[in-house]
Amino acid sequence: MKWTRRDLLKGLGGLPILGAVWWAGATSTVNNRRERYEILEQLNIQPSLPPTVPGIEGEPTRVGIIGFGIRGEQLSRALGYATEEWKEEMRLEKEEDPNNSALEDFMNQDKLNVNIVGVCDIFDVRAERAIDSFSTPDNRIKRYTTYKEMIHSGDVDAVVIATPDHWHAPMSIEALKNNVHVYVEKPMTHTISETYALRDAAHQSKAVFSVGHQHRQTLSFSTARDIVEKGTLGHVSLIQTNTNRNDDNGAWNYDIHEKASPQTIDWDQFLGSAPQVPFNKNHFFRWRKWWAYGSGLSGDLLTHDYDRLNCVLNMGIPTSVMASGGIYTHNDGRNVPDVLQVNMEFPNYSTGSSQPKGKEKGMTFCYSATLGNGFNRPTILMGHDASMELGNNLTVWPDAASTRYADMLEAEKMKPHIPIYQYNPAANVPDAISSATSQYFADKGLMWTYIDGVRVDSTFLHMREWLSAIKNGGKVSCGIKEGFEEAISAHMAGLSWKLGRKIEWDEASETLAPIDGIDFDEVLLASDWQVEQAMAEEA
Amino acid sequence: MTNEINGKKVSATIVVLRILIGWHFLYEGVVKMYNPEWTSFGYLASAQGPLKPIFTTLTAEAVIGWVDTLNMVALLLVGITLISGFLERMGSLVGIGLLSLYYLAHPSLPWLQQLNVEGNYWLVNKNLIELVVCVLLYYYPTGHIFGLTYFTRKKELTKI
Repeated sequence: MKWTRRDLLKGLGGLPILGAVWWAGATSTVNNRRERYEILEQLNIQPSLPPTVPGIEGEPTRVGIIGFGIRGEQLSRALGYATEEWKEEMRLEKEEDPNNSALEDFMNQDKLNVNIVGVCDIFDVRAERAIDSFSTPDNRIKRYTTYKEMIHSGDVDAVVIATPDHWHAPMSIEALKNNVHVYVEKPMTHTISETYALRDAAHQSKAVFSVGHQHRQTLSFSTARDIVEKGTLGHVSLIQTNTNRNDDNGAWNYDIHEKASPQTIDWDQFLGSAPQVPFNKNHFFRWRKWWAYGSGLSGDLLTHDYDRLNCVLNMGIPTSVMASGGIYTHNDGRNVPDVLQVNMEFPNYSTGSSQPKGKEKGMTFCYSATLGNGFNRPTILMGHDASMELGNNLTVWPDAASTRYADMLEAEKMKPHIPIYQYNPAANVPDAISSATSQYFADKGLMWTYIDGVRVDSTFLHMREWLSAIKNGGKVSCGIKEGFEEAISAHMAGLSWKLGRKIEWDEASETLAPIDGIDFDEVLLASDWQVEQAMAEEA
Repeated sequence: MTNEINGKKVSATIVVLRILIGWHFLYEGVVKMYNPEWTSFGYLASAQGPLKPIFTTLTAEAVIGWVDTLNMVALLLVGITLISGFLERMGSLVGIGLLSLYYLAHPSLPWLQQLNVEGNYWLVNKNLIELVVCVLLYYYPTGHIFGLTYFTRKKELTKI
């Protein structure tokens, strides 16, 4: 048999095509990878690993819950305790939407070495719900009628405080004085003077104090810190961060329970130091809408954004704060603003510079919020060399006029509209120059925060850290220093909005610059400062 | 005579079709092979349609590595067999299997939001079309016209 040239062409003609396609695929992939690694190597960013804490051994920590409302229930779930009502609700939701894995996630959550032993809630329905759900034959949940009774009982090692803001400091201080460990919701305090008093109490106490800023556990934030410290963004001159909500729940118009009455609610205890007004269900369930009990956007939501950034930048308390806004979207009797803009100035702060020394210094933190629009505006850190979008995932884009990346931009190894770094705690590797696809998945929230392949709730991690510090010592990530900075900054924003003036902080003396004739605490607590002041002047 | 000429043209066209499909598969396989960071996790995790639970179970940590490797090997296999014209019917079957999975993971059903598509599709999408082409290649092998199978065929003819 003899093969002609024609035979060879017909038989082997496919092989050169095969080789060509193989070569093209291999070289382009290898080159892309090399370019990505070149950028990654230059950036040298270390993606954060899940936090590890020493095991929580020994006798279970005996925990008392003070305030078993919406947040109190969530915090209990993080501790491993869910009410029967919630489990049933989640079962129903799962039937409607098979994607709802809340119950499954809860069941799979690691067990923390805790016993919830008592509850203190001044609304009978809530206290009873905790008792009915959490009591077991060998651990009957005890109801305490006052927080003092719980703290002094000797039966609780630690308390979780999820009450209206005006109760945070008195309860925390009482617990700390008795060396009972404290996990308190944000904002840590309701007034300026309380903030100092709580700091003193925490310093003097042997107990562990933690503020409920659970996002400090979010892995992308610790990676963001590394990114900023390595000078990736250059000098950050502006941060924009936002709240956008457009629903009743987001505007704090929570459900009013049908069984609420003066018989089922200890109204005097709810009021505490607040102005003594007659029983009011609206005030009780929707307390965030009044300065007497809450602190509106500045205390409830600005604190999240401020602390998120403070945990990345460690910028501390602003030198000055100016705020403006009003009640524009929910004119329903509330006295806290529902549209709020806060500019915090940090004139001496710098994240480093790639330009001549002394050219760049100072930063503005700009918080913008509305409860009348739900468009998702991301948090962005704007630096001379790059911009970073910060959320559960994070993305870094080079700036077209960057000094640091000028050569790479010139060589078109970097392009301003293409991310140079993207971090996603769920992906197995950091992804420089992400594809449109992975960008899409990230935005869509399909990649959850994983720890060893398990989706984890950051509140759980935050409480685990607190419980570990109780048993093993060590620092909590949001302790009294961080809580103090958060509270003072939030109160400065509230004061500025109420007074329509710039509020200044003196770092050396750690005090607010006084304003003649103004008592800051009085202003913070006032229902409408301008009106009250005018009335006082008339009188 | 006319029919014979047309038959030759059809065969030649199917040869081209076979090479192009093989090209497409091979390139996808090679790109994945040279990028160890590649994973089908996102594609599977975002699966839609009636078989979503099945695709979701494939994302489990213990399984995903195998899924990725099998996918890559299958892609290379289809690419090599279709381009070389050797065992092309087996390659076509594997191709049909892969494309069925791709179609079912992200079916173009009107009530589903289409993820990562560059066009607009109603029931029919490119995966489905390519799948049917693989069916054609299965029933109409052309490796003996252009491909390694040509040699075995020639040998048989010479013997007669």
